[in-house]
Amino acid sequence: MKIKQISVFLENKKGRLYEALKVLQGERVNIRALSIADTSEFGILRMIVDKPEEAKKALEENGFTAKLTNVVAVGVKDEPGGLAAVLAYLYEADLNVEYVYAFVKKAGEEAIVVMRTSNLEKTISVLQEKGVKIFSFEELLNF
Amino acid sequence: MKDGSFWNKKVECLPEKELRKLQLERLQKIVSYVYERVPHYRKKFEEAGVKPEDIKSLEDVRKLPFTTKEDLFVDYPYGLLAVPKEEIVRVHTSSGTTGKPKAIFFTKNDIELGAELIARCLVMTGTTRGDVLQNSMTYGLFTGAFVMHYGAEKVGVFVVPAGPGNTERQLELMQLFGTTCVHMTPSYALYVASLIAERGIRDRLNLKRAYLGAEPYSEETRRKIEEMLGIDVYNCYGLSEMGGPGVGFECPAKDGLHIWEDAYLIEVVNPQTGEPVEDGEVGELVITSLCREAMPLIRYRTRDLTRVIPEPCSCGRTHKRISRMLGRADDMFIVKGVNIFPQQIESVLMGIKGVAQNYQIVLEGYNDFLVRVEIEKEFFDGRIERLLQLKEEITEKLRDEIQVRPKVELVEPGTLPVSEGKAKRVIDKRKL
Repeated sequence: MKIKQISVFLENKKGRLYEALKVLQGERVNIRALSIADTSEFGILRMIVDKPEEAKKALEENGFTAKLTNVVAVGVKDEPGGLAAVLAYLYEADLNVEYVYAFVKKAGEEAIVVMRTSNLEKTISVLQEKGVKIFSFEELLNF
Repeated sequence: MKDGSFWNKKVECLPEKELRKLQLERLQKIVSYVYERVPHYRKKFEEAGVKPEDIKSLEDVRKLPFTTKEDLFVDYPYGLLAVPKEEIVRVHTSSGTTGKPKAIFFTKNDIELGAELIARCLVMTGTTRGDVLQNSMTYGLFTGAFVMHYGAEKVGVFVVPAGPGNTERQLELMQLFGTTCVHMTPSYALYVASLIAERGIRDRLNLKRAYLGAEPYSEETRRKIEEMLGIDVYNCYGLSEMGGPGVGFECPAKDGLHIWEDAYLIEVVNPQTGEPVEDGEVGELVITSLCREAMPLIRYRTRDLTRVIPEPCSCGRTHKRISRMLGRADDMFIVKGVNIFPQQIESVLMGIKGVAQNYQIVLEGYNDFLVRVEIEKEFFDGRIERLLQLKEEITEKLRDEIQVRPKVELVEPGTLPVSEGKAKRVIDKRKL
């Protein structure tokens, strides 16, 4: 149950993030979750959106460099130690986390953690074994 | 290697001794000619204490003063004209970046000479009757397009005078007329080639060769274009002051450019001292036009850097070869006391996977400089480590080549100025 994430290469240039989001607005693409990884000169915008293929196409048509990559969306209890418990399972299974970002719909309820690891298949099976909820794309959109 | 054929075999393969004899005769003639007809040259020669009869050997050319760009602006625009104005049939101007453009005049014979030299160049690389040449250089004041046009027509080639830019139309014309060869700048060729690849229309084209000139480019760029399009790319060299393209041209050996020595006498000198360098050493190309009528130039400082390739060429032509242009004497920049040419940067970048065609060098100070590099679209996989590794690889490889560690900035594909003409690669922000 891998999820398609869209990654966009962004130069560190004034207004570039805004331009990217404007393109998505024009396509009526809705963003569920978003994170930005940045260095001094460039950044990568990562998003979970409702229409990943359309979003990629629109961004590319507007001169952006975009790529779809697979990630895993994991349900975590919105309480202290919720995410740590999940990471402990991955650590035990010798899985490296490349990046994570999280979003919460309403405080106190379930949070969703989007993550990319060194091995997505293994991550899914390890977490499912431990009873951790893995979200499908549809579930994520309806969350 | 394919067998090159000849347009004028007798001259192209003239034995070395006869070629030198012919050059000396023509040098003596042209020196007297400008001495008698051009007051500015007479004055320069007198100031240097040299008379036409002092030229007794080809080496004696060194007794003559250089002609520089500044001389072209004395009594502008007709100061160096050697014929009555009525003899002029055309003017071309150089793409001057600052101030007045250089004005170069042509008589009917000068036009014919240019066409003859281009005819040799085209036939040498296999272009002949039945070929379709799409001429995508600028028609206008720039010499590039016209001189090639006349030369191609002289051979009997079908010319499509497309001019530059409007790449959509270029591709349409190529398909409509079955273009077999193109004449354009290397940076534009890269752009066209990438568009052809993107559209997947290579199979619909009949392209065999490209003649690329008007700006220096590296061997890596040539190979990249050859691979992208599956064609032969030939390097050509020329300058308006010498009548345009066709001064130097590659034969099928693709190992240096033959200078048509019956029409041009070349020297390579140290750009600082003006003294000749050894054969094989890099220096500034200095050219004397031996046959031009309207505006012959004596020992003209081209500001282009090259070196002579002394070995005889496998194609059988006796005319001397020079290396591809290694940059402009003026483009050279100095960082931390090291002389750096943009060509060095380009050849490193073209050898790195993940790097797209465009790059830019930004000079910010005397101790460091910035290289902005477009990444290739396909290279981006969403991982930041991969980009950081690429940046590191570029930085290290550049440092190995030029001994100075540049700052490297990765930018989005397609954001650096697209080159539909001469690409501006170096931005100098230092207050000089």
